[in-house]
Amino acid sequence: MSETNQEFEPRIVAFVCNWCTYAGADLAGTSRLKYATNVKIVRFPCTGRIDFMLLLKAFEEGADGIIVSGCHPNDCHYTSGNFHARRRWTVFRGLLDFMGIDVRRIHFTWVSAAEGAKWADIVNETVADIRALGPYDEYKSIASNFEKEAAK
Amino acid sequence: MSKLSEKAAALLSEGTVGLVIGYEQGTHGTRPKFCRKAEDAATLILNDKCLNNIGGYLTKPELIGSGKVAVTATLAVMRTVVQLTAEHQLTDGNVIVLALDGDEVLQMASIDEIKKWLAAHPEDLSDENKALLSKLKALSREERWNFWINEMNKCIKCYACRASCPLCYCNRCIVEVNCPQWIKPWAAPLSNMEWQINRVMHMAGRCVGCGACDRACPVHIPLRLLTISMAGDIKEAFGVASGTGNIDGNVLSSFKPDDKENFIH
Ligand code: SF4
Ligand code: SF4
Repeated sequence: MSETNQEFEPRIVAFVCNWCTYAGADLAGTSRLKYATNVKIVRFPCTGRIDFMLLLKAFEEGADGIIVSGCHPNDCHYTSGNFHARRRWTVFRGLLDFMGIDVRRIHFTWVSAAEGAKWADIVNETVADIRALGPYDEYKSIASNFEKEAAK
Repeated sequence: MSKLSEKAAALLSEGTVGLVIGYEQGTHGTRPKFCRKAEDAATLILNDKCLNNIGGYLTKPELIGSGKVAVTATLAVMRTVVQLTAEHQLTDGNVIVLALDGDEVLQMASIDEIKKWLAAHPEDLSDENKALLSKLKALSREERWNFWINEMNKCIKCYACRASCPLCYCNRCIVEVNCPQWIKPWAAPLSNMEWQINRVMHMAGRCVGCGACDRACPVHIPLRLLTISMAGDIKEAFGVASGTGNIDGNVLSSFKPDDKENFIH
């Protein structure tokens, strides 16, 4: 890697729910808050819908960091999607860590529709953290060329 | 004839059950034995060499029409019956469990009875597994990654881990779904790892810790460590013991509003 960490622009994928965090990110935009542009937001109906495989696929496709965000507990549009998601992430995170996958690269947050400023901070913090960690070459190295070519 | 064989033969000749699933001595260790007639039961054995989890046969479509079924059971098979019943794959009362208490044959016909027996006979992790687990947990993250990638490299995607697991009973497994194809079907480190992450995640709170997956793996990947580690996490986070037929719902399809975590900000 010729880039130093200062120059390295992390690729971040954010998996967010439609009702809270997406609206929060929207608010950050309409409030004209400036924040790091490294994040690609993928909108879901609910955090409960965010399959853990999506996170693995993001890493496979070259993400260096991931944000998962939805409604605060008790605020879920569907009443309990975020509670289910919270359990899923607890189990998933433990398993990934046991397998040596770098869970510091996955940031979990609750951001409500009113928290545009929190969203901007979360993105900035995540970008800074991932920049310090560097590119996730370890994971990319096993997404071998053979797999990439065959997937085309 | 052993008492176990006598009991099984009696159940068959009385017509209480149409099938007894058990173990007999094979050329290389024990093997499953399906008894449909009383005389088939003569070779039944049940000892600590009976390690295959024959509880897995109970959900096979081929058994439909066998009427009531009896199964000779180790503790792992009993846990399997309890868990499968909690998941509505078996009907309480339709499976008779035959177990050994010293020389005596116990016949258990209800989940309550089996649960009582299991509560009185808790099975702890073996010292070997405990040591391996703490050794792995003490490694740095990078070392753990190297350890598992090296293991995953060996996988040949035979799916014996799935076939041997009594709780892997989906008709259509995620690895056969090809639209979208979540997991590439060929054996390569990444898709092998994804396969295991999926298999293990789908076992969350359900794994009965029989170790069948691990023993079935032809390349000796220590698969049991994955489910053991996850079961530990689940116990710690939600206070639920894995594979105990929790009737309040599966760990990942139920929740408590005050579930604790320390990583969501
Ligand atoms: S995952 Fe392995 S140890 Fe757990 S129930 Fe299935 S075969 Fe048994
Ligand atoms: S049994 Fe072993 S080799 Fe076969 S698919 Fe499972 S992990 Fe891979």
